[in-house]
Amino acid sequence: MSPTEADARSGYDVAVIGAGVVGVAIARELSRYELRTVVLEACSDVGTGTTKANTAIRHTGFDAKPGSLEAMLLRRAYPLLSEYAARTGIPVETPGALLVAWTAEQLARLDALATQARENGIQDVHAVRVAELYAREPRLGHGALGALAIPGEGIVCPFTTPLAFATEALANGVCLELDAPVRSIQDSGDGYAISIPHGLVQARWVVNAAGLCSDIIDRMMGHHRFTVHPRRGQLIVFDKLARPLVSSILLPVPTPVSKGVLVAPTVFGNVLLGPTAEDVADRVATETTADGLADLLAKGGSILPALLEEEVTATYAGLRAATEHADYQIHCDPAQRYVCAGGIRSTGLSASMGIAAHVVELLADAGLRLRCAASHHGVPMPPLGESQLRRFRDAQAIAGNPAYGEIVCHCERVTRGELVDALEAPLAARSMDGLRRRTRAGLGRCQGFYCSAAITSLLDERTGRALEGTRATHSDRAAVR
Amino acid sequence: MPRTATGLRFGDLVTTRPVPGPATGPERAVDVLVVGGGPSGLAAAVELRRHLATVAVVEREASLGGIPRHTRHSGYGLRDLHRLMSGPEYARRYATLAERASVELHVSTTATDWSPDGGIVTTSPSGIVRWAPRAVLLATGCRERPRAARLVPGDRPGGVLTTGSLQQFADLFHLPVGARAVVVGAEHVSFSAIHTLTAHGVSVAAMVTGQPHPQTYAVLRTLTAGRHRVPVHTSTDVVAIHGTDRVSAVDLADRRSGARWSVACDTVVFTGDWVPDYELARRRPVAMAGPHPSVDQWLRTSSPGVFAAGNLVHAAETADIAALGGRQAARAIARYLADGSWPGGAVDVVASEPLLWVHPARLTSKSERPTRDRLLTRVGRFLGPGTIELSQGGRVLHAAHHRRLVPNRSISVAAASLASADLGGGSVVLGWHPGRRATENADRAGSE
Repeated sequence: MSPTEADARSGYDVAVIGAGVVGVAIARELSRYELRTVVLEACSDVGTGTTKANTAIRHTGFDAKPGSLEAMLLRRAYPLLSEYAARTGIPVETPGALLVAWTAEQLARLDALATQARENGIQDVHAVRVAELYAREPRLGHGALGALAIPGEGIVCPFTTPLAFATEALANGVCLELDAPVRSIQDSGDGYAISIPHGLVQARWVVNAAGLCSDIIDRMMGHHRFTVHPRRGQLIVFDKLARPLVSSILLPVPTPVSKGVLVAPTVFGNVLLGPTAEDVADRVATETTADGLADLLAKGGSILPALLEEEVTATYAGLRAATEHADYQIHCDPAQRYVCAGGIRSTGLSASMGIAAHVVELLADAGLRLRCAASHHGVPMPPLGESQLRRFRDAQAIAGNPAYGEIVCHCERVTRGELVDALEAPLAARSMDGLRRRTRAGLGRCQGFYCSAAITSLLDERTGRALEGTRATHSDRAAVR
Repeated sequence: MPRTATGLRFGDLVTTRPVPGPATGPERAVDVLVVGGGPSGLAAAVELRRHLATVAVVEREASLGGIPRHTRHSGYGLRDLHRLMSGPEYARRYATLAERASVELHVSTTATDWSPDGGIVTTSPSGIVRWAPRAVLLATGCRERPRAARLVPGDRPGGVLTTGSLQQFADLFHLPVGARAVVVGAEHVSFSAIHTLTAHGVSVAAMVTGQPHPQTYAVLRTLTAGRHRVPVHTSTDVVAIHGTDRVSAVDLADRRSGARWSVACDTVVFTGDWVPDYELARRRPVAMAGPHPSVDQWLRTSSPGVFAAGNLVHAAETADIAALGGRQAARAIARYLADGSWPGGAVDVVASEPLLWVHPARLTSKSERPTRDRLLTRVGRFLGPGTIELSQGGRVLHAAHHRRLVPNRSISVAAASLASADLGGGSVVLGWHPGRRATENADRAGSE
């Protein structure tokens, strides 16, 4: 889809910098209008930074600061994502959350949190007494005193969501430049010349959705409004056999510093424990640490003791784009034809559709002409969620394509048909990690004991590139080069 | 075969969560469905055909034979086929035996779940089938515990393997592996990993074990680590992995001195530390005993009609022992098919610290002997001298002195004394008593 000729790169109406979930949501929103839009991404795939390494919780925004942009956009995004997920098949479940109080002090705070939730427009929160709490979550550790139920809290697939947005944007004519870190931005008066390693991109408007680097791009545009202080979150994914241990998302009572460590089911049927909250200096410091993992296990052991008896399937760490400000850093500079959508700390996946709608309104108010174009509105995505009809269970799909009956990744039950689809999709997997995110292959309990060689072989065959080892090419690192 | 198009509901044996469906498929009747076409599953199937049962084996890989398919070294077949051969030869041999015995063999066929009536649902390129067998044998084997499950921190680059994936890369798919590797673990399979690596031109920078000594035979160690001058770091852990796209180094830490250092490498192979592949077993309420489905001396699980054998119930023994267990299970299944009887009462056989587990984990008859008339157990650390003691309610049934017990190595205990256990009594306990040889055991000393 990317243009290769130099001229084709000229004359874009809008350049969106960053193909995280926020950037591609904005690109998708823009793609519905008669605009030439390009997305510039530093990494070799969409959604490889904060987007992919988080708790995958779909927040209602019940605990956001009332009146904040974050609260407003989370609330705006909620019905948009519900509708979009239903239409495209993004795996979403709404098990609800229980915010569990473990001390008298925490119990006393639940009322204030309920009030705050209602101020944020989340009316269905309600107190849960201790007996009912243990009836709902019999495996919960001893000592809980009560809880606040937030029925709208959910879980979402952090891989399919940006892929769905990007796929629709591509189908509507948006250009996606991967491996295109922005080196400089020059304003020539009626347009910008954006330098990327393989050339110059000309665009009249710039949208900064660069996540962990959003402050750097904002400085390139001449502003000093915020600095990203990456906050690392380490997470542990437990085996699918742990899934029956928990039915809701189990949240701690938040502190001013952090939302704390939670236990949550995932849409893939695992159980997630995390995140830690560590301020790190390095924007690529996505390594896990012995202390971090030990801390999580200690906390997990008191929240849900039986969890620790199950095998760990994966550990990972991601960076949130925290700044010195509590709220999102969304700014519009009409004279510069520039919108900054940075500092989207930890709720970007949930708020992305709201942020996109808001950003496009800001662009329109600043003078970007929007004319509706005939466009796709939602492209079907492969069913990866446990609540969906997975291909290996779909007799009709297998009858139509026997490759959907050939399971290659045994732990995640990923079929050859799905792997081939991911390698042939408009936004195709170009690496083992890309294939993992699109299909789940190799992300299960054996971590490739059975399938990594078979999948590497298939990837080699399809991409014609020799890969060295199981996880060659671009890794699980965050969005900075 | 009766064929119906009954709708299926998945998963409701385990959890109340609705799993989407319906996936419809034809129903297939068979006497015995064997899940897993490795050594134990195939040995069981061949033996069952001798008892004239109709047998189908479902194997999720594209070829039969299980793990020996990709272990190129020799040492297979001694106890079950009475000849030595390589892993791939052994795998082919069992595939041939099964074909000759007219076992119905289905490769690329995955048992995904139990059906509500206790049958098995499979997916394969030819569709979804609902099997209605009279008996099920679970022979799903085991796998090595990967890096993530060992909670080894650091970056998550490419080049982190297990012996299983290494062998598949190198020997099944002929893909490049790397140039310089660190092997984590020092049990039998770890030395097999060195063999595979060096055979493919990969130098081995270090072998690392948290244990104070390697856990394999001296001869195996000499032939691999010794021959290729691989430094073996004992009492040492991998404490971090570094690398962006590809592994660049690992950090090691000595448990005794606390010293930490880095070793440059592009490949890390996590070996051994076996985990039984118990998913299907646990998706049905089959009682577990530690990491394994709890089976009695004839490999019956707690669920009537469901048997389990091989490294699913003792992770991990050599392939020939897994195969002998499969044969034993076949005889038990043949008996079950003939008379439909299923033992009621059971006495648990439990391992007490520092023993990790014991197989079999239940005793339901004194006249039925366990495979090879032995109990199997494991220890988590080097022990000895001392006595392994089998007792019930304080009454010693059997005691055997050992000068040394080695972790990650098979330890067997004579099972003849189970004949004196009380089937109406409490648990039979397999325990360890450190100390010099007790006089009453003098005659058994050093028997292992």
